[in-house]
Amino acid sequence: MAVINPKMFEPLWRWFMDLPHCKVLGIEYVGAEEGVVELRLPYSEAIVGNPETGVVHGGAVTTLIDTASGTCIYTLLEETEAVATLDLRIDYLRPALPGEAIICRAECYRLTEQIAFTRAVAYQSEREIAHGVGTFMRTRVGSGA
Amino acid sequence: MTHAEMKRCWEEARASGDYHALMRAIPYARTIGMVMSETDGELRFTLPFRQSNIGNVLLPALHGGVIGGFLENVAIFTLLASTETRSVPKVVDFSIDYLRSGRALDLYGRCDIVRQGKRVANVQLVAWQDDAAKPVASARAHFLLG
Repeated sequence: MAVINPKMFEPLWRWFMDLPHCKVLGIEYVGAEEGVVELRLPYSEAIVGNPETGVVHGGAVTTLIDTASGTCIYTLLEETEAVATLDLRIDYLRPALPGEAIICRAECYRLTEQIAFTRAVAYQSEREIAHGVGTFMRTRVGSGA
Repeated sequence: MTHAEMKRCWEEARASGDYHALMRAIPYARTIGMVMSETDGELRFTLPFRQSNIGNVLLPALHGGVIGGFLENVAIFTLLASTETRSVPKVVDFSIDYLRSGRALDLYGRCDIVRQGKRVANVQLVAWQDDAAKPVASARAHFLLG
């Protein structure tokens, strides 16, 4: 299923990918469908947390999951609005393999008037690196909230 | 960088109280611009504001992922200093609550070790900006030690 409003969503994902911190980490858009977004974090020196092993820092994975989880909410919206992360819980299943990109697939599995519930998995090939569960607060543009 | 080089870098920082070389040795810490220092034997962690940590250009606000990554490092170095363990603690899970948006200001972080066993540690983290009574985020996490 396609995203609900492609005209709104396309400039929006570009806006997310242009955010200074997404650019510095090199996060890229892969694709989207209704409720789901996939982003990619290419391997680079800038995101290494352990210089002995070359393993990517958890913070870069956190940013990838947070960004994908926030973006996937917009695949379900007719109009743009503000969403803010309330909380995010990440389980680090295994270290990422150095030299390989990490893909994150995030899904908004429940959308209420005020809250969006998301879940995400970050993986390399078939190897799952991390799971993330988040909640986001919705604020309609012009609602004054 | 080899294990021996990294170990020496850590030991030199602990001995001198100057953590600049250590922060430079860790690419991600360098990317976000994290600063670690020591005052009266107490570790201090700062994330000086920089444009490349912005995750919302409209507000503007720091990226939530940066705040999480910064706090993860605060936990790692607090645990390393408390146990003087050989290896870098490995994050098992990390749960962060975002309490208010991180503005275009310096960010500070503190880690309280709630429980430290032989194999695993539970930590509580907090990040704030100009007013310590108004935290930007709090987090709890588990780390595997050694």
